[in-house]
Amino acid sequence: MTQRLHPRTRRFGTLILVAAVGLLSACQRGVLNPAGDVARQQRDIIYISTGLMLLIIVPVMLLIVIFAWRYRKGQGGTYDPEFDHSTSLELVIWSAPLLIIIMLGALTWSSTHLLDPFRPLDRVTTDPALAAEPRQEALHVQVVSMDWKWLFIYPDQGIATVNELVLPVNREVRFDITSTNMMNTFYAPTLAGMIYAMPGMQSQLHAVLNRPVDDEGFSANYSGRGFSDMRFALHGVDSGKFDQWVASSKGSGRTLDLPTYLQLLKPSEKVPAMRFAGVDQDLYRRILERCVEPGKPCATEVMAHEPMGAGAMPAGRESMPTNKPEGALMKSPGEKGAQPNRNRFVAPGNEADKGPTH
Amino acid sequence: MDQSLSKIIFGRLSWESIPLHEPILLGTFIVVALGGIAVLAAVTKFKLWGYLWREWLTSVDHKKIGIMYLILGIIMLVRGFADAVMMRAQQAIAFGANQGYLPPHHYDQVFTAHGTIMIFFVAIPLVVGLVNLVMPLQIGARDVAFPFLNSLSLWLTVAGAVLVMISLFIGEFSTAGWLNYVPVANLQNSPGTGPDYYLWALQIAGVGTTLSAINMVTTIIKMRAPGMTMMKMPVFTWTALCSNVLAIAIFPALTGAFALLMLDRYVGTNFFTNDLGGNPMMYWNLVWIWGHPEVYVLVLPAFGIYSEITSTFTGKRLFGYSSMVYATVVITILSYIVWLHHFFTMGSGASVNSFFGIATMVISIPTGAKIFNWLFTMYRGSIRFELPMMWVVAFMLTFTVGGMTGVLLAVPPADFVLHNSLFLVAHFHNVIIGGVVFAMFAGMTYWFPKAFGFKLDEFWGKVAFWGWVIGYWVAWTPIYIVGLMGTTRRVSHFNDPTLQPWFVVAAIGALIIGVGIIGFVIQVAVSIKNREKLRDTTGDPWDGRTLEWSTSSPPPFYNFAFTPVVSDLDAWYDMKDRGYQKPSGGFRPIHMPHNTGAGVIISAIAMVMGFAMIWYIWWLAALSFVSLIAAIIIHTFNYNRDYYVPADEVEQVENARVRPAVAGA
Amino acid sequence: MRAFVQRWRGPEAMATVTEQTLPDPTFHLVEAHSHEHGAGGGTLLGFWIYLMSDALLFAAVFASFGVLSSAYAGGPTPREIFELPLVALNTAILLVSSITFGFAMLAMEPGKVRSTQAWLLVTALLGASFVAVELYEFGSLIAEGATPQRSGFLSGFFTLVGLHGLHVTAGIVWIFVMLAQIGQRGLIVANKRRLMCLGMFWHFLDVVWIGVFTFVYLLGVLR
Repeated sequence: MTQRLHPRTRRFGTLILVAAVGLLSACQRGVLNPAGDVARQQRDIIYISTGLMLLIIVPVMLLIVIFAWRYRKGQGGTYDPEFDHSTSLELVIWSAPLLIIIMLGALTWSSTHLLDPFRPLDRVTTDPALAAEPRQEALHVQVVSMDWKWLFIYPDQGIATVNELVLPVNREVRFDITSTNMMNTFYAPTLAGMIYAMPGMQSQLHAVLNRPVDDEGFSANYSGRGFSDMRFALHGVDSGKFDQWVASSKGSGRTLDLPTYLQLLKPSEKVPAMRFAGVDQDLYRRILERCVEPGKPCATEVMAHEPMGAGAMPAGRESMPTNKPEGALMKSPGEKGAQPNRNRFVAPGNEADKGPTH
Repeated sequence: MDQSLSKIIFGRLSWESIPLHEPILLGTFIVVALGGIAVLAAVTKFKLWGYLWREWLTSVDHKKIGIMYLILGIIMLVRGFADAVMMRAQQAIAFGANQGYLPPHHYDQVFTAHGTIMIFFVAIPLVVGLVNLVMPLQIGARDVAFPFLNSLSLWLTVAGAVLVMISLFIGEFSTAGWLNYVPVANLQNSPGTGPDYYLWALQIAGVGTTLSAINMVTTIIKMRAPGMTMMKMPVFTWTALCSNVLAIAIFPALTGAFALLMLDRYVGTNFFTNDLGGNPMMYWNLVWIWGHPEVYVLVLPAFGIYSEITSTFTGKRLFGYSSMVYATVVITILSYIVWLHHFFTMGSGASVNSFFGIATMVISIPTGAKIFNWLFTMYRGSIRFELPMMWVVAFMLTFTVGGMTGVLLAVPPADFVLHNSLFLVAHFHNVIIGGVVFAMFAGMTYWFPKAFGFKLDEFWGKVAFWGWVIGYWVAWTPIYIVGLMGTTRRVSHFNDPTLQPWFVVAAIGALIIGVGIIGFVIQVAVSIKNREKLRDTTGDPWDGRTLEWSTSSPPPFYNFAFTPVVSDLDAWYDMKDRGYQKPSGGFRPIHMPHNTGAGVIISAIAMVMGFAMIWYIWWLAALSFVSLIAAIIIHTFNYNRDYYVPADEVEQVENARVRPAVAGA
Repeated sequence: MRAFVQRWRGPEAMATVTEQTLPDPTFHLVEAHSHEHGAGGGTLLGFWIYLMSDALLFAAVFASFGVLSSAYAGGPTPREIFELPLVALNTAILLVSSITFGFAMLAMEPGKVRSTQAWLLVTALLGASFVAVELYEFGSLIAEGATPQRSGFLSGFFTLVGLHGLHVTAGIVWIFVMLAQIGQRGLIVANKRRLMCLGMFWHFLDVVWIGVFTFVYLLGVLR
């Protein structure tokens, strides 16, 4: 049987290959067109694992078609109603996927550890000429996802931006990431894989850009009304241009002081890029510890006096230091609020109409 | 009226809660209302109230309950599909300056409702419905272990579905995604009725699903026909057992998570809040401990359906029955330890991620073995390509691709770039449409003659089949591609115009799927019209192999006049092989449960309580809670739950069912 | 219509109704009475499965409490608020109630209606005092300002202990329903079956309470 089917198998194989190449070339962008070493390795893993799986998927799909065709009723295929067990076949059935998964599992184990976003990079470039140069210290960027915009703080440069991320190429970048309210993922497909931005928690990403790009990044985790337009511009520039950009930002005049930050904290959508010449060095920590607003105790301070021994409750413990809303059952009738129906259809093409707001 | 008095009486409900300002919604509401009135009028005119109440609403017959589950699933499928078309239309036009026709707040409700409805009120009812309809027949039982509980489960599910439908017209639905993620669903971020509708609808329906699962497991363990050992159980019954065991194991996690979120919203506790020690990640863990196994709760019975159909239409015993059973059990166990792959990108650390990634991949081994088993069942078979078998082949080709993309997503570094992308969305639609939905259509086509006594029309069945299969590929291939380009899910508006052609193609695909759905509805209508021509008088139209085909179609309410004795795996095939003769005398009285309206009443009260809680109408909530408890207690005072069908009535029913066969012969 | 062509192997199975075909014991169970639906074993097994799912619900809430058990958010800690003697008393009450339920079951076996009812009543009263003590504890905590809204830890504490308390309350209601039903119909088979289920439920709550006492109170104070 194998002999007879061989040419057909080949033809199917070619067909699938052509289709796959066609599809892949159609989407040579985003994930499949990385500008950084981390994203490139992640793309390669997609290719390698897909290839490994096709080793078994393609024959199976061919066999499905061939068997379905050959053994249709009354068309001459041998009919053996008692054929329901074969130890050797079952061995193959279980071991073939097992082998693929062992290979894939090994790849998974090593690549997951090597590409762990919390892990500093081993290399910043694959270019041997550049790799020979002494490595610069990693650039440090603090990322805060807000409702619904991105705040980037460059603590070493003393500047901050909103919805604009400028990075020097061929220099490792360490992102410290948190959020003010919603959970988002920090994601620039051409730079590296994503990681969650979570309120009160910090995640990290180490990445590098290897060529100049003008692209965009966004959140990949739905976070409410303004989510669709919560995008930031990503610019990869060489180090000279980066220094120029830092200098020009420093000259922009505005500073990110507390009132400006609290203004920024209010939910807003489609926020244009902003630059701030100065920023409080402690701002990021206080966002992370949820104590930017005056009077709110920071998480570490709260923890610090917790293990104090038994006895009377220290003063101030009953206080509720947030403006969290009361549970519905605790509300008086007047506080119940109303729930109008705010669903609407608008005429397509209407740019001005952004729909109802909360 | 005094403002605060009206708040006490109506909570936060007011005229503004009804979308009088929106002609499309109002129009939909009027159409639905008129349709409802027309149906009610027709029922009244033809004096069907008594019939409906006696024969359906109060029925504890597992077959009727199964059919009602299926009807619920199909109706909700139409609603969920309407949401899908709205999303596809929005994404096909909302580029650049064009904001589309759905403002974000509305669009967010649409995708939330779509996911919620499709999983909880389409997939679950269809799967539970088929299990209800077929499994007791397959094991030679006369009903399930707890007939009343079965009725209660159905009506609780209906109550949940009704609450979701009410949210379309009164107030609004959740915008927090199909799992009602925090922090979006926290009180401070969503103070409206949306998350409350979601929580109450799903809690009520969830109780129904849990009770139903307990019922099915007990039935399979305790009520199999004599001789049917575990390893002689039909594969569908095996998968139903594993699926329901899994459901019992996971639904408490979901119930718990929802209850804690309710406490957060109603009492002001700090489980999932950002401040005061709350932990939103805990919600994600709890819902995904439910969420991933839930996929297998749905797909295992689907695998069982494919197994039954493949074996029947190839005219062969299933290849590798025991490895099929072991594969099912292994999947059941493994599915419980993979939930973290839904959030690799939350930063759990490389070793944890690798563990969950590899555990996920390991599931593909038994699943792959299953595919091979179906493949080698076809090998040396004599395959009749009738509709159910066509669905099986379409499933095998489609599902394999979905399995592959699933394993790809289980590789954490690949997931870091594909998490929450449209690639992921395409993947799970690939496995749920290709795996579960195809199975439901295959199963409904296969067992329809058993349930109603006539086959489904073949031409319109093929229209439905090709609509779904072609539509699936046209709709979801472009979504895979834009996902690989880095496009993410739940986006209502795009900047990049080069993506638009892909979304237009996807929208066309959705319309082709629409042809498939309409084809199915027409198929049922045409078949009812031509039922005499399509009549099956044998009870065994496909030359079946399992016990459900040994009784007449539709089966009498007691299923089997005599409990069958099983001595082989394909019991009915074996009986036919050994010269089975249908008895026509010597009948004995049969013990059967009485119908009861308690299930409908209790569920209706639960629904009122849910509505009152959603709208903060505390007096009504308290009143309905007390009535709920009272109704349950009153029901327990009813000891008159079952009776004996006299032997001569059995004889009459049996003879009435055999005679047409003779006339036709 | 080709699909309808049958491949019957049996000889003319359908056409022979004119003469009576009696059931063939190779294929049919010919019993005097069909087995009862959901009787005995079925109900107990089903109830047992329900208890397992209830145990998993407790497990989910336990896990949530575990995650939040040190999320004091500047509020009170377990050592400051737990009164172990009171909780120990409550534990004793609940354990004794399990024993009295056991006496009720012993009385049920030989069909002693009065004695069964009496022991059930004692059990219900013990259960009620357990709930009362718990409510007293909750009340004094809330009066001190240690409300469920104060911190994640307190939310978890009130919810876990409260969930158990709700179960006990449901058990008490069930006992009173059973008292009425036994009074009405005596110790018939159905009532005995119900009492067995109720017994499983009551002992299950005991087991859960041991977990709550150990993990919430004892470990909380040790922390």
